[in-house]
Amino acid sequence: MGQRTPLFAEHQRLGARIVPFGGWDMPLHYGSQLEEHHAVRQHSGMFDVSHMRILDLAGSEAQAFLRHLLANDVAKLKTPGKALYSCMLRDDGGVLDDLIVYYRGPDRYRIVVNAATAEKDLAWMRTQLSAFSAELQPRSDLAMIAVQGPEARANTLPLLDPALREAAGALKPFFAAESGDWFVGRTGYTGEDGFEVMLPADQAPAFWQALHEAGVRPCGLGARDTLRLEAGMNLYGQDMDETVSPLESGLNWTVAWEPEDRPFIGRAALEAQRKAGGLRRFVGLLLLDRGVLRSHQKVFQGEQEMGEITSGGFSPSLQRSIALARVDARIGETCEVEVRGKLLRARVVKPPFVRQGKACISLD
Amino acid sequence: MSTVPNELRYTQDHEWVRDNGDGTVTVGITDHAQEALGDLVFVEIPEVGRSLAAGDACAVVESVKAASDVYSPLAGEVVEANEALSEAPERINEDPYGEGWIFRLALKDPADLDQLLNAEAYEQLLAEEEA
Repeated sequence: MGQRTPLFAEHQRLGARIVPFGGWDMPLHYGSQLEEHHAVRQHSGMFDVSHMRILDLAGSEAQAFLRHLLANDVAKLKTPGKALYSCMLRDDGGVLDDLIVYYRGPDRYRIVVNAATAEKDLAWMRTQLSAFSAELQPRSDLAMIAVQGPEARANTLPLLDPALREAAGALKPFFAAESGDWFVGRTGYTGEDGFEVMLPADQAPAFWQALHEAGVRPCGLGARDTLRLEAGMNLYGQDMDETVSPLESGLNWTVAWEPEDRPFIGRAALEAQRKAGGLRRFVGLLLLDRGVLRSHQKVFQGEQEMGEITSGGFSPSLQRSIALARVDARIGETCEVEVRGKLLRARVVKPPFVRQGKACISLD
Repeated sequence: MSTVPNELRYTQDHEWVRDNGDGTVTVGITDHAQEALGDLVFVEIPEVGRSLAAGDACAVVESVKAASDVYSPLAGEVVEANEALSEAPERINEDPYGEGWIFRLALKDPADLDQLLNAEAYEQLLAEEEA
């Protein structure tokens, strides 16, 4: 049996199919993954993401520590509440994890890391932290609920404390507001508008129930995966891990090369990779034939093996199969994918596939 | 709890077999199988006219989660396949024992039917897998 979030009893009550995920017992779906997916694209859905680890960082050298630790540069964060997506790299440039860091004010940050990597991340961070004057505090007293979809904000705001409601309603994308132990970020992992709400664990069940009564549909990890795949967002452990570079995972945009004199962990390795060239490209694929693309299927161009799919599946919004793949940079506009012993035709596209309820690619 | 109709026969691979009484059987996947797979998004039906040995992989059902082979429960020839599944794979989720049928097989030897599990034996198999 895995660990349980403060919302586990709610999932059981709603008839969720529970599966093990990163050491946790989490809902896969509550009946239909497809309907949950559509609810988020068209209305609103909510996900229990309390398994993700929230870490608060404070201290006079908190910024200096994060500028050393992360490939993206927290010096970009100047307004309290602003969030930044970044990779945390090993010395050799492999990706230890991807995370979100929120700037809360001078010397104060909040970091959210993946569940499956949380212990490893924390050990790595603490080792690196020894040279800096700052404290890292895991917040296992908090739960987290992601409310996503075009109606998500309107459904969530009336349920917030008046002190937080106004600030949350005024948030721009990728900003957060807080009041007491409640923290609301206009962030997410679906390609839709919405909030991620961190709150005291003991208040989470009532808030979840209130959202449900307001018409927000409970959604499981299954829909979370198809939504993020359509949105072209990477999943750690599948699209990238310790053995690959962010430069081969479509994450170049998250590496802050400027200023040149910021020696973050992994920088030297990434610079050497960039100089050596021959890096693989991270692309999207749209299947033209009938079938379903899955991770680890091989990508070909003629006789030449070009790489493999890292995440694949059926896109409920497009009603077609889509994938993310790491391939030889010389790949053309179309390719073939080996699906269950057959070569099927696919078109190479630039993710995302779907954002804000709309297709971002041509299906012809 | 998944349904296991009494009048059908079953396989270890969670398929059901209906004896049509004319030397043919209709084949599909059980309620338990569709529930375990989750929402189906793609079905590859077998070719009509294809001769199959018992245990031959002859169709594919793919859900949001994974792909799964469908095996021929007995030896025979495919005489009909459910074309409607190509456009509406969700029929298997909605009605696994009815509209969600996958193919019809003309048996090589109708006596082979006795090799399959009856409802009671299949329910026992499900109970053992649960444990």
